[in-house]
Amino acid sequence: MSVAEDPLEPTGAWAATERTFGEIWRDRIGRTGLVLLVIIFLTAVLGPIVLPFDPDKVGASAESIFSRPSSSHWLGTDELGRDVFRQFLAGAKISLTVGLVATIISILIGSVVGLVAGYFGRWVDAVLMRLTDFFLVLPTIPLVIVLAAVFGQSLGILMLVIGLTGWPSIARIVRSQVLSLRERQFVLRVRSMGSTHVRMITRHILPNVAPLIFANAVLVIAGSILAEATLAFLGLGDPVHISWGTMLHFAFVTGAVGRGAWWYFLPPGLGIVAVVLGFTLAGHTLDRILNPRLRERR
Amino acid sequence: MTALLEIEDLRVRYAVGGRSVEAVGGVSLTLEGGEALGLAGESGCGKTTAALSIPRLLPETASVTGQIRLDGVDVLSLNDDALDDLRWRRVSVVFQGAMNALNPVQRIGAQILEPIRLHEKQTSTTEGRGRVAELLEAVGIPGDRARDYPHELSGGMRQRVMIAMALACRPQLVLADEPITALDVMTQAQILGLLRDLRERLGLSMILISHDLSVLAETCDRIAIMYAGRLVEEGTATTLFPPAGAGGGPAHPYTKGLLGAFPNIRGERRFVDGMPGYPPDLASPPPGCRFHERCPVAIERCLTDDPALRPAGSGHVAACHLVGEEP
Amino acid sequence: MTEPVLRVNKLRVSYASRRRKVKPVLAVDGVSFDLHKGEILALVGESGCGKTSIAHAITRLVPTSGGSIEFRGQDITSLSERTLRPIRAGIQMVFQDPYESLDPRQTVFDLVAEPLAIQRRARDKQERRRVVMAALTDAGLHPAAEISRRHPHHLSGGQRQRVAIAAAMVLEPDVIVADEPASMLDVSLRAGILRLMLDLRDRRGVSCLFITHDLSLAWVVADRIAVVYLGRIVEIGPSAEVIADPQHPYTKALVSVIPVPEAGAASEQIVLAGETPSARSVPSGCRFHPRCWRFEALGRPEICTTQDPAVSTQPHGVACHFPLVEPGGTIS
Repeated sequence: MSVAEDPLEPTGAWAATERTFGEIWRDRIGRTGLVLLVIIFLTAVLGPIVLPFDPDKVGASAESIFSRPSSSHWLGTDELGRDVFRQFLAGAKISLTVGLVATIISILIGSVVGLVAGYFGRWVDAVLMRLTDFFLVLPTIPLVIVLAAVFGQSLGILMLVIGLTGWPSIARIVRSQVLSLRERQFVLRVRSMGSTHVRMITRHILPNVAPLIFANAVLVIAGSILAEATLAFLGLGDPVHISWGTMLHFAFVTGAVGRGAWWYFLPPGLGIVAVVLGFTLAGHTLDRILNPRLRERR
Repeated sequence: MTALLEIEDLRVRYAVGGRSVEAVGGVSLTLEGGEALGLAGESGCGKTTAALSIPRLLPETASVTGQIRLDGVDVLSLNDDALDDLRWRRVSVVFQGAMNALNPVQRIGAQILEPIRLHEKQTSTTEGRGRVAELLEAVGIPGDRARDYPHELSGGMRQRVMIAMALACRPQLVLADEPITALDVMTQAQILGLLRDLRERLGLSMILISHDLSVLAETCDRIAIMYAGRLVEEGTATTLFPPAGAGGGPAHPYTKGLLGAFPNIRGERRFVDGMPGYPPDLASPPPGCRFHERCPVAIERCLTDDPALRPAGSGHVAACHLVGEEP
Repeated sequence: MTEPVLRVNKLRVSYASRRRKVKPVLAVDGVSFDLHKGEILALVGESGCGKTSIAHAITRLVPTSGGSIEFRGQDITSLSERTLRPIRAGIQMVFQDPYESLDPRQTVFDLVAEPLAIQRRARDKQERRRVVMAALTDAGLHPAAEISRRHPHHLSGGQRQRVAIAAAMVLEPDVIVADEPASMLDVSLRAGILRLMLDLRDRRGVSCLFITHDLSLAWVVADRIAVVYLGRIVEIGPSAEVIADPQHPYTKALVSVIPVPEAGAASEQIVLAGETPSARSVPSGCRFHPRCWRFEALGRPEICTTQDPAVSTQPHGVACHFPLVEPGGTIS
């Protein structure tokens, strides 16, 4: 006898994801966040394909430097006469990519550390927490400078450093959630059946911590993107792959600010604000949605 | 002599999602000074709603009709100022589960002082502290614990704190809603003993609400049983719950069913299955007697006629067609 | 006399405090009892007396600090987790809170199938399905197939508890440890759950360790009652006897305060003063003597303050220097 159509709400990860998105959309704040994110994602992905302005094409004459927005250059040109709009589009992709990869690094390391420390406790917990504290106090900027000096400036360094300095907060959150989950009756019950540790963690602890991790991940992305922008602005970004932060850096050092070439620094600045805001708003709503569900049992 | 409390034809309606629900339908009760009345019934039968309508502590969505006279004063017609006078000073409440609702960051002495400060604003600090010390002694808490926080007290002691708070402004009537559920059985006995003791010493009147008939039998003078918002039986404790083997007992099939649903260590040692079925949906109650669907002795008349309360003995009434008709 | 299914001997369980220099607290201090096949033994006591700790120790959820636990003749007290794993199938536990003891993310089917997967039974898909449906039906859940697709939050408290019982029974254990299985349910639902447990005992011969604070419930459901006070068993014997003729002053007081539907019964109650002391400050000699009415009545005999009484021989054993009924039947 096969399992027939379920008359109740469909279960499963995909359905849950759909439902969650729907709920975020319904909340006004969350909707604003989602809209911002969609716009930015579309810009990053489709922009370069649809609008083929060459970002590297250098200007021909003196007038083409820092020229105002026009029909041929929608956001004007930079200090070398290159099209700003095209850089803006390319920069979107870079900023987002660095932010996302760094976040993935943070989430992976943080979740594993938090899970292991919270579940096994005692000396394992003590050791891992000391490790966490160490990474927590690592100063990001000096670390990037040192690494860049040794290995050269690149996106990889940025992603690595931001990821490595971002995981401790995730680890702590996951650990405290695991600590409380470990004592819950449904965990005790499964233990009394003779469950192995692996089974317990993968089937019971992790699924119940996952919503928390996702909600925090969204907020971590915002932080990572901001971190990349800051580092790039300080000149530590990848000079080949220009992100919004790098654009701001160049705008600053080439005197665009002094010349009032607002088309050069306003777009990347606003872009950073928009993407961080988008993730923060969506993440805030997501957190609110997921939290009551944890208490929804009664 | 007028009774301390007279309730006449109390009806409470709620508008819930477009439907109107009559949570309490025509309840009439009287209570003399110094008397303890027990209100019994399953959860949702309306006993808490009926009791909380006395100090008018029901939500705004409740529409209350009928008459409630406390010491001659018509409670339902009072304005806000007069209500302030009434609440806590004439009638106070020990709420269900309140012992878990104490402010965790305030010392219990201060929490007991609060109602005094709110309702008797002219009390000086010294007077207030003195009153708190008196109250703690009255409920059996050592005075030096006034500076403790709620988490430092056991469940039983926290409940004593709630009782002290209810007595803070020397009311005439105390409403206690399930005051001993969630406590250990020995602590339950202690708290019930305390309530009996306080009644005697302070001449308090009490309305005790509980789903446990035995608890009410032990503590109250009279007991009223409610079902689906109606009063189905009322009588003295001795009439309704005589000693085993002495005959008599409740007349209404619901009360009999309730009694049979709990093990009685003075009775037979046999397994007790609960009463089958559930109370009716108050948004669309069944015609006739509301209990007929679960009643083991329902007759045809029960499906169409809603029985009124009728005498079943001295000081004993029951709302059942079969009462008073047997030889 | 046949071997008991479960034999607990001088069991001790302590909980260490997080703060150093604070001695561990002995929640269970020397508990011994046997559980026979097909028997229901109730562990009765007030909150904090250690009865739940006993349950957790028997199911090896917490470590023991002394004594032994023998299951089917085998000492399982210090077995490694790996050796213990298959043995666990024989002792299953039902927890108190039906809202907490089921993983909210699992379907009912998964919940009941999990013990089978962990214990590597019924690996064939069809077989597994058959076993799970049978367990659900036996636990009174109809229609089993439809309910098996639901998640716990779509079920009522009574249904959830039945799922927990089904999951416990699916491994066909010899012993079920039920920790207050009905206390968090509405009064009207309790009888159903208890009736289910009695049926399972009758039909399957499962032995049951029934933990409760409700003495009248234990009286009706259990064959024998063990009264626990401050980490010790103070009285143990057939239910009817323990209630009708309690020998320990604590039991007698406890029985006397059980509410009965009789007006005026309150006057016959023995209400103890104060509360059970914390396990951190156990009184010397007999643990109960500071609250013991008999201690007072007999003029405070010294032996009660100095010597800890042991449980006398069964079938109706009592740990008291001056039990209410001497062996042989004379009342002192």
